[in-house]
Amino acid sequence: MFSFILKRLAGAIPTLFIIITLAFFLIRTAPGGPFDKERTVPPEVQANLNAVYHLDKPLYEQYGHYLFNVIQGDFGPSFQYRDFSVTDLIGSGFPVSLTLGLTAIFFAITIGMSLGAIAALRQNSAIDYAVMATAMTGITIPNFVMAPLLTLVFGVYLGMLPVGGWGDGVSQAILPVVALALPQIAYIARLTRGSMIEVLRSNFVRTARAKGLPERVMLTRHAMKAAMLPVVSYLGPASAAIITGSVVVEQIFSIPGIGRYFVQGALNRDYTLVMGVVIFYGTLIIVFNLIVDIVYGMLDPKVRMG
Amino acid sequence: MEFSTGISRFLTKGTFVKTTRAVALGVSLLAGTSALVAPSLAMAEMVFNRGNGTEPGSLDPQISEDVNSSTILRDVFEGLTAEFTDGSLIPGQAESWTVSPDGLIYTFKIRSDAVWSNGDPVTAQDFVYSWQRGVNPTTGSEYSFLLYPLQNAQAIANGEEKDLSKLGVKALDDKTLEVQLEGPAPYFLGMLTHSVAYPVHKATVEAHGEAWTRPENMVSNGAFNLIEWTPQSRIVAVKSDSYWNKDSVKLDKVVYYPTESTTTELKRYRAGELDWTYEVPNDQISWIKENMGDEFHVSNYLGTYYYGFNLTKPPFNDPKLRKAFSLAIDRDILTSKIVTAGEVPAYAFVVPGVTAYDAVYADFKDQTQADRDAEALKLYEEAGYSKDKPLEIELRYNTNDNHKKIAIAISSMWKKVFGAKVNLVNEEFKVFLETRKQKEVTQAFRAGWIGDYNDPNTFLELWLSDSGLNDTGFNNPEFDSLLKQASLEQDAPKRKELLMKAEGIFLESNAVAPIYHYVTKRMVKPYVKGWQSNVMDHIRSQYITVEK
Repeated sequence: MFSFILKRLAGAIPTLFIIITLAFFLIRTAPGGPFDKERTVPPEVQANLNAVYHLDKPLYEQYGHYLFNVIQGDFGPSFQYRDFSVTDLIGSGFPVSLTLGLTAIFFAITIGMSLGAIAALRQNSAIDYAVMATAMTGITIPNFVMAPLLTLVFGVYLGMLPVGGWGDGVSQAILPVVALALPQIAYIARLTRGSMIEVLRSNFVRTARAKGLPERVMLTRHAMKAAMLPVVSYLGPASAAIITGSVVVEQIFSIPGIGRYFVQGALNRDYTLVMGVVIFYGTLIIVFNLIVDIVYGMLDPKVRMG
Repeated sequence: MEFSTGISRFLTKGTFVKTTRAVALGVSLLAGTSALVAPSLAMAEMVFNRGNGTEPGSLDPQISEDVNSSTILRDVFEGLTAEFTDGSLIPGQAESWTVSPDGLIYTFKIRSDAVWSNGDPVTAQDFVYSWQRGVNPTTGSEYSFLLYPLQNAQAIANGEEKDLSKLGVKALDDKTLEVQLEGPAPYFLGMLTHSVAYPVHKATVEAHGEAWTRPENMVSNGAFNLIEWTPQSRIVAVKSDSYWNKDSVKLDKVVYYPTESTTTELKRYRAGELDWTYEVPNDQISWIKENMGDEFHVSNYLGTYYYGFNLTKPPFNDPKLRKAFSLAIDRDILTSKIVTAGEVPAYAFVVPGVTAYDAVYADFKDQTQADRDAEALKLYEEAGYSKDKPLEIELRYNTNDNHKKIAIAISSMWKKVFGAKVNLVNEEFKVFLETRKQKEVTQAFRAGWIGDYNDPNTFLELWLSDSGLNDTGFNNPEFDSLLKQASLEQDAPKRKELLMKAEGIFLESNAVAPIYHYVTKRMVKPYVKGWQSNVMDHIRSQYITVEK
């Protein structure tokens, strides 16, 4: 187990290196630089700015310089938010994005799996159809449509919940978490239903029933565990979807997470900020996938790590 | 947090009954005290929730370059001069000043009660340090060029002069500052209200590096002190006890909310979370006018939206053609049907109403649109094109709904009046700026200009032949020489004449087609008082009251 994790982590290093290199050169191929504005600065001022941020050096030298600093954990200064280093910005945004993301995943799993299980147990009943119809709607409505709708209804018309901001109480988190979790709840409900129906027809469930095991015990101890497998393997893509979803949701709800830095950083050609967020997200997704593999191994006896 | 650990301690120690009693007691005590405290607190705290556009780029006065940081900096710092609610110039940290007869030497007397938030006196040396910092190449100040009227400022900024002490600013004693200018600059006093000319506290800057602007480190000299800065979430400033004019400050607290999206900002305003918005979404203006008209405030702003032509390449190297294209734009239709907040049709580049100036207009301002169209067609044909042999051009703008609507409307006007074929090309903002600057593929392009200070110079200097902002390639020696003469002219009426003549030449060239003058448009709750629109849109929280 331990050597498996070590091997996977060692394998992540070249992946990250490729991500860094690609991102570094890709963002610089985009025309325009961090200090280009409608109000262009005089050439000598532009030269001073480039010198302060080493942008006057040849590209390969900047790349070497950047790699060297990243290895030491220094992501450099932000060009757009000049009072902060990229590490500061990610450090202040990450706890927020993490809270938002984990809460959304938590609700996605618990609610999604419960709904899916209920639908599977009452297959082809009215409840089943209702759950699946709702799920289908949840999947098809993107969160950039859902989020403004939610704010309009619950914030502006009903005045029940705040429409933006973060950190002044749990109520501010409700709408963004719902907007972020809804499509995932829907996916997970469909996945669970599908695999649950399959599991309920499998031989080991028939055996368990034949042994006279109470239905509740059979469900929780045997059927659910097996039915979870596709859901667990979906968690990798789900976390990636939550991350990309948070880019939109954070913008709509004015949430100070890192998703907004990704978009703003790219538009502003804030090279270091974009790089920082890319590396950070890259690492996060690698770690998530690793966790998924470990959990999968624990659940499925057919998969062995080593 | 305290509360829950308290409960768990009770649970492990005592019985459940005891605990519930204790909790009940605590709750009733809390309720009792809050009932006593709450009304007096509500009376005392006057909080202004101010929507503030995008996240500020920097709260370092010499580094800040965006409108939204400036708004905060005007509340937290103060320069030698300041502005009243109507935007008029008043003494700030300087209680008085004298100007030498040749207009080159300014001597400022700094207030004896001007102090930093840590109690240190604000001295002339602070200004010397800060302005040297502003032009020092290693600071990387984007607005260092605003200090160029100071002697040797430009030479220091471009590295020719290494000795910072050569900058034209000296401390005669702790409270007397002498400034030596390169040439008389009538806008100099007004420029001192820009953040690049604010003083910074040397010891603080040197002790904390780039982190000196964090609330826990910052030492400032304005009406408010920064106490919280959570990026992308909010910035909080409280009334300063050390500010010399603290009696004029009514608010206890200002909370600035950065909101990237104007739609989100409007929603937060409607939900009562904001008292003031930075802007309003363009596509909701008619709805706002209909439903919340009383809270919608529109006022003239120091900016011009225009289309520029690339003069360095055919076809727009032909002045007749440029004039035809400018004439055929029906500005009244644009400002009544496309941009509808109350934008003013533009026939001048310098915004009418700028101080020390009389507006100069394009010669066709008073013609009817029908006459303009007829003349446009004639000029178009003289330039060698016709309905059968139409001109095909590209019109470039940066990707944005508003720009797109305007471009579609204008291209259809050009098509209708003389049948030109217009291809619309939109580019992402930074890409667009780059193409525009290169003057290679651009033919006609969108642009906008907001004045940096209230003077015609900030509009006209763009079009100097060596200006880095001159994306049209306009190059006119007479224009250059008039601007040069104006910069040396001490007599205000004569300077005005020179600048007006220069604008006349520029407008006659039709290097640009002015389209409309910008307005500021925002929502303000009726209980927000003590503010007034002004052309610079400098609205200091210092004078505002919130009377809920």
